[in-house]
Amino acid sequence: MLRVCLKGANSAARKCLCGNGVPLHPLQQCRSYTSGGSGSSAGKIVAASVLTVGGGVGGTILYANWDPKFRANVEKSIPYSDQVFGLALGPAAPPPVINKPRKVEPVQISSMSEMWKDSKQPKAKEVEKKAEQPDAEGPPAPAPQETLEEASAQVAQILSAIGEVPSVPAPGTHEAEAVPPPAALKGVPAAAAKCTECEHEPAVKERPEGEVAARLAEQDKAEQDLLTSLSSNLEDALGSTAKVTLQAIGAQEAALQAIAQHTRQLREAMEAEAPPDKKSTQWRVLEDALSERSRSVDEAGAAVLKAKAELDKLRGVIDGAKHLKIAAARPSILAAEENLHSMVVDLDSVVTRVQTAQSEAKIVSQYSELVNEAKAQFQKELNSITPEIQANWKGLTGKLTQDDLNSLIAHAHRRIDQMNRELAEQRVREQIHIDSALEQQKLEDKKALEVAVSTALEHNREQMRLEQEKKVEETREVMEAEMRTQLRRQAAAHTDHLRDVLKVQEQELRSEAEEILNSSLMEKETEYRRLTQDQLDSFTLDMNAAYARLKGMEEAIDSHVIAEEEARKAHQLWLSVEALNYTLKTAALNDPTEPLEGAVQAIKESCAEDEFAQALATALPSESLSRGVYSEASLRARFYAIRQLARRVALIDETRNSLYQYFLSYLQAMLLFEKAQEAPPAKLSAEDLDTFKLLSYAAYSLEHGDLELAAKLVNQLKGESRRVAQDWLKEARLTLETKQVVSLLSAYANAVGLGTTMAP
Amino acid sequence: MSEKELGKKLDRCLADSAVKLGAGLGLGIVFSVVFFKRHTWPVAFGLGMGLGMAYTNCQNDLRAPYLIQRNIKVSNATKY
Repeated sequence: MLRVCLKGANSAARKCLCGNGVPLHPLQQCRSYTSGGSGSSAGKIVAASVLTVGGGVGGTILYANWDPKFRANVEKSIPYSDQVFGLALGPAAPPPVINKPRKVEPVQISSMSEMWKDSKQPKAKEVEKKAEQPDAEGPPAPAPQETLEEASAQVAQILSAIGEVPSVPAPGTHEAEAVPPPAALKGVPAAAAKCTECEHEPAVKERPEGEVAARLAEQDKAEQDLLTSLSSNLEDALGSTAKVTLQAIGAQEAALQAIAQHTRQLREAMEAEAPPDKKSTQWRVLEDALSERSRSVDEAGAAVLKAKAELDKLRGVIDGAKHLKIAAARPSILAAEENLHSMVVDLDSVVTRVQTAQSEAKIVSQYSELVNEAKAQFQKELNSITPEIQANWKGLTGKLTQDDLNSLIAHAHRRIDQMNRELAEQRVREQIHIDSALEQQKLEDKKALEVAVSTALEHNREQMRLEQEKKVEETREVMEAEMRTQLRRQAAAHTDHLRDVLKVQEQELRSEAEEILNSSLMEKETEYRRLTQDQLDSFTLDMNAAYARLKGMEEAIDSHVIAEEEARKAHQLWLSVEALNYTLKTAALNDPTEPLEGAVQAIKESCAEDEFAQALATALPSESLSRGVYSEASLRARFYAIRQLARRVALIDETRNSLYQYFLSYLQAMLLFEKAQEAPPAKLSAEDLDTFKLLSYAAYSLEHGDLELAAKLVNQLKGESRRVAQDWLKEARLTLETKQVVSLLSAYANAVGLGTTMAP
Repeated sequence: MSEKELGKKLDRCLADSAVKLGAGLGLGIVFSVVFFKRHTWPVAFGLGMGLGMAYTNCQNDLRAPYLIQRNIKVSNATKY
């Protein structure tokens, strides 16, 4: 914007200056952008320019306030504009910072992959530890399995896409792998496991397979031993327990029998009214039965305790066996458990039977006691009434008096009344007692029921647990079989893969070895060739050197001859060139020199073979040969006349050549004063192409002996001045050419002469 | 000599102008005396004509190098 304003001001200024006035320098290019228009007053111009400048600056500031980029641009391009802007608008706002979007990593997936790695590692670790401790597998296995389960629950789809979906191995499979399948199968998965292990933990060295197999065999043997010991233990325990339990059951049965017998006998004794002696035997038998019963009950109790102890021991052994967690022992464990359960059940049933029998017996004994008590009471009453009556009162009918009989009958009646009353009382009490007894019985029944129910529940539970374990065992077997087939398949695939890999490796190694062989062979060959070549080269070199020296000597001799010849020729040439130079000097003032033809002919003769000299000799302009050339002095003298004339016709050219222009041109020449001689600048500008200037430059250079420059400057004249100076220019050219050629020739002759004199 | 040419031309000019002027004068006088009752104007007219012819001749002579002549063939090279 400022530049446009400046231009406008300039144009306005120029309008004033180069408008109407007569152009004094018509050959100069007068730069007037606008034509016409009268010159306006300076004040108006100044006002207009001030207004324009102010408007421009204000507009710039306003736009910069609105557009910060424009402001930055202006500040960059124009110095100190930032200060102006700071004054007017305030500091510029800083550029906005661009935030790079942060990459949000898929945390879940990476953590998933890490989790996979972790899960793989514990698996590998498990496989590693397998040879060492079968026990330690338990705890690490469940932990990653739990995490695996969680992970699979959370991100099931992604993981299925990934491809490696691990099956949740049951805790038993690690132990299943520990179970001895064929050793080969063992070795292969171990090796594969070892390979995967190497991928994850390259720090761990791969153990040799023999060691692994040995370890595995050891482990197997240990397990077998353990198994056999366990099974033997179990069997022993089972046998002993069974024996003891049978004993207990037998004892219980015996006790039962004893109790039953005793009870029966007691009842018989109660009900049957046998004669006294039989009674006493009966009582004695009863006592024996009672003692028998107590003894057998004690025995049975002791046997039950023993059996219970044995059963506990057996249970302990079974639990111990379970802790060892050997799968093969499982069925035996299960069988043992079943046996135990059945024994417990039998024992419990027998015990309950015994208990019921005992309770019955208790009732009967209570009844018998009551009867005995009543009898005793009666006897006592009888004795109180008739003391002399003996026990056997049936034989007393003759000895008794009437009174005794009456009193006895009265007593008997009384007694009967009493008995009736008591009976009635007893009936009532009986009802109450029965009710209470029923209730008690109900309670007891309930208790017994509860106990029975609980024991039945226990037994059922135990039964179901055993069934479940059996089923679990079955499924485990099935799964193990499946696992084995899969492993077998995997092993087969692995062997195939190994075979292929080995083949490929073989190929690679072979090719490598061949390559190495070839390369070393080639190296040796090239080495050999190089050595032979070196030898040859050195020999050739020596031969060449000798030959070259010989040649050199011959050439030296020849060159001597040639050099002398050359020297002679050079001398001749030089002489002829000197002659030519001399002819150039014969130029008189205003007359040309003599024709140079003779001297040139002499030169041509003297250097018939020298092409350069010939060329130079022919390069002389024909006019110099025929007519001769003017000397510099004559040209210089002539120049002044030319100059005068050129000045006079300076204004005349193709466009201006009327007589009036001639008059004007003459007037100009009279009125215009320039320096007589002016040093020409190194570079001619457009202003220097003025006729008068050129002529003064040419005069200067002529005075200083530079005809060439003068000719060049005169060549720049235009129009009529040029036409006037044409002949002079031509003469000057001729002279210059001739001089150039002659100087070249003399230089050449000198050089040749120098060259020849330098040759040894 | 090209520098002498102008001088020659000017000489010719002068000679020619002298001749023309004289002829004009003479013819003017003659006409004035014969046809126009000794008025001055035919003399002036004759002089003027003579001068004009001399001027034009001189000018033409001086211009001659710059005239484009029809007997010079221009090669039919470039056509725009």
